Amino acid sequence: MKFIDEFRDHTRARQTLEHITTLVERICRDRAAPLRIMEVCGGHTHAIFHYGLEAMLPKQLELIHGPGCPVCVLPMGRVDDCLAIAERPEVILATFGDAIRVPGSRKSLLQAKAEGADVRIVYSPMDALDLAIRHPEREVVFFGLGFETTIPSTALTITQAQRQRITNFSVFCNHITIIPTLKAILENPDHRLDGFLGPGHVSMIIGTEPYRFIAEHYRCPVVISGFEPLDMLQSLLMVVRQLHDGRAEVENQYQRLVSRDGNPAALQAVHEVYESRQSCEWRGLGPIEDSGMQIRQAYAAYDAERKFSLPNQQVADPEALRCGEVLTGNLKPWQCELFGSQCSPESPCGALMVSSEGACAAYFQYGGPRAEQHEEVSP
Amino acid sequence: MSHKRTLATVNAAFITQAHGGGGKAMKDLIDDVFIRAFGAPEDTLEDQARLALEPLCRTGDRLAMTSDGFVVKPLFFPGGDIGSLAVCGTVNDLAVGGALPRYLSCSVILEEGLPVEDLRRIARSMKEAADRAGVAIVTGDTKVVERGACDGIFITTTGVGVIPAERRLSIEQIQATDVVIVNGWLGDHGAAILAARGDLSLETALESDCAALNGLVEALLEAVPNTRCLRDATRGGVATVLNEMAEASQLSIELQDASLPLRREVRGMCEILGLDPLYLANEGKLVAVVPADRADAALAALKRHPLGRDASVIGHAYSGKPGRVTLRTLFGGQRIVDMLVGEQLPRIC
Repeated sequence: MKFIDEFRDHTRARQTLEHITTLVERICRDRAAPLRIMEVCGGHTHAIFHYGLEAMLPKQLELIHGPGCPVCVLPMGRVDDCLAIAERPEVILATFGDAIRVPGSRKSLLQAKAEGADVRIVYSPMDALDLAIRHPEREVVFFGLGFETTIPSTALTITQAQRQRITNFSVFCNHITIIPTLKAILENPDHRLDGFLGPGHVSMIIGTEPYRFIAEHYRCPVVISGFEPLDMLQSLLMVVRQLHDGRAEVENQYQRLVSRDGNPAALQAVHEVYESRQSCEWRGLGPIEDSGMQIRQAYAAYDAERKFSLPNQQVADPEALRCGEVLTGNLKPWQCELFGSQCSPESPCGALMVSSEGACAAYFQYGGPRAEQHEEVSP
Repeated sequence: MSHKRTLATVNAAFITQAHGGGGKAMKDLIDDVFIRAFGAPEDTLEDQARLALEPLCRTGDRLAMTSDGFVVKPLFFPGGDIGSLAVCGTVNDLAVGGALPRYLSCSVILEEGLPVEDLRRIARSMKEAADRAGVAIVTGDTKVVERGACDGIFITTTGVGVIPAERRLSIEQIQATDVVIVNGWLGDHGAAILAARGDLSLETALESDCAALNGLVEALLEAVPNTRCLRDATRGGVATVLNEMAEASQLSIELQDASLPLRREVRGMCEILGLDPLYLANEGKLVAVVPADRADAALAALKRHPLGRDASVIGHAYSGKPGRVTLRTLFGGQRIVDMLVGEQLPRIC
């Protein structure tokens, strides 16, 4: 397949891995702890497991699976609010596929659907708007999820709805932004992170400049990375090379899609419709200032939170659940007591076990702890 | 001898409750649609088909029997329809057990409002598929449910076949070093159905691989009589079948990403939607496990048949962790290929 196979080339991968290994060994001569590099984006986490990258890396290089899976960081209370909307008889709730299995405190959207709620999987918010046009007698609510990658598309859908004077459409906005969250992680004195693989698709929208503070203030290298296995290996090499040279810069490996200034038209659309929420709750991480988006007053008619009265309850995660520590890289998924026993993809307690981008689900599905993978070699 | 009689005709354009009422309307529908398509039975039409034992006994020592329900949306899709699916699916379930498929039953549940012309088309398609597979549809049933209670038409087919005395295919016979072979492109059916639903606004030339595999199975078993086992990789795809094989044999199976036969369109669609082609449904693909020293013979036999032209060795069994299936990625990494928990869901971004 043209333009994909090239990024999965075995020989190039081997060469890149050799470079990485050499540099990591040199760096680790003078330090006891392994290098810890966080891949921020859930798409990266998925790719790492899908291609079996982790087991190919030198042992002194540890990947920390960051908070960039929008489904995983959605607090249970927000899922409950979404269920309250979905269960209203007049509502068609349209959602991306990933979100349908995320557990609220009582059930998931999938269970609500089985009990009679009208929940439909769509591939774009524009499909949800189409539903509203085709069903003028119903209220269509789109479950707006995701980082900067998906925010422009819901923003444009809302402006389109306003232009077409469609009144039976609204968005339940749970959009979040990545930069304040990275800052919160770095502000934690225990973070022990040596570098970042920056999220490729988010950066396509916001550009590379917003990461500068990570390099300048926290002295951590950042490399914006693509999602193919060679992209990721090359990006890791770039981070490791910076560490080896004692540099901390923002570099862009994903130049075929990401520019310095991002996508100004998309940013303009986002700014037009959304403003930042003062504080936003992240599952596992707690409240993070300025990390969430809400719909501006001018578009209040399209805001499901204003349109429907919501229970808006805070629901604490069960105590034994240690998603937060996994999200910040302080715990490996299998070190959680619930992993694989009480919490599995079949009956997830924490959202990290739900989405294929969640670290726990990825470990569960694609091969458990590293040690086990090394043990097993087929003839 | 068959009794020549004139078949009644249905003038209605759509199925109504009357067509399931047991009266004249129903009898006319059966006459016009099913008898016209499938042919009149050798005896008079009664409540059951009567099958002679003697010719069955000449070809084997055991009967194989299987039953499968078919629901699909849309009813007609590139490469097939619910009718051909209902015949091939049940024929294949018999064939992968080593049975020679002989008879099918056809039970339909119709939704009020289904165009009668659609039903005629489906019945003709069933007959064509049955002829190609060499089976006879010998009995059936018709029910009508009210609008909204089913999706146009649901079909259940039950199949009976004969297993030749010497055949003993079973997944419990799989041994370490055995080789896993598939007869061609994977995931075509699942991908074609997804595209045909139209929700994705994807245009592809993909067609379902819907086909009866009994001819291919005979070709393979003739060349490699000690084939360990066969499975058709329908819902849940090849990944699910392999997990069942690994589980039953208490062995590990490793697949090679590089040798998985995947069409460009299927790969592309999976890339876009974040789906794994190993879990996509097939309707004309079998997974065969053969002893390593017979792999070349098996592959050659499959490739000589039109339904096996693109056959490929995709992996092998070995004594590792019992029940584990892994994939050696193109990239040199390794990952676990587990059973799917629920449905595959497209990802956000």
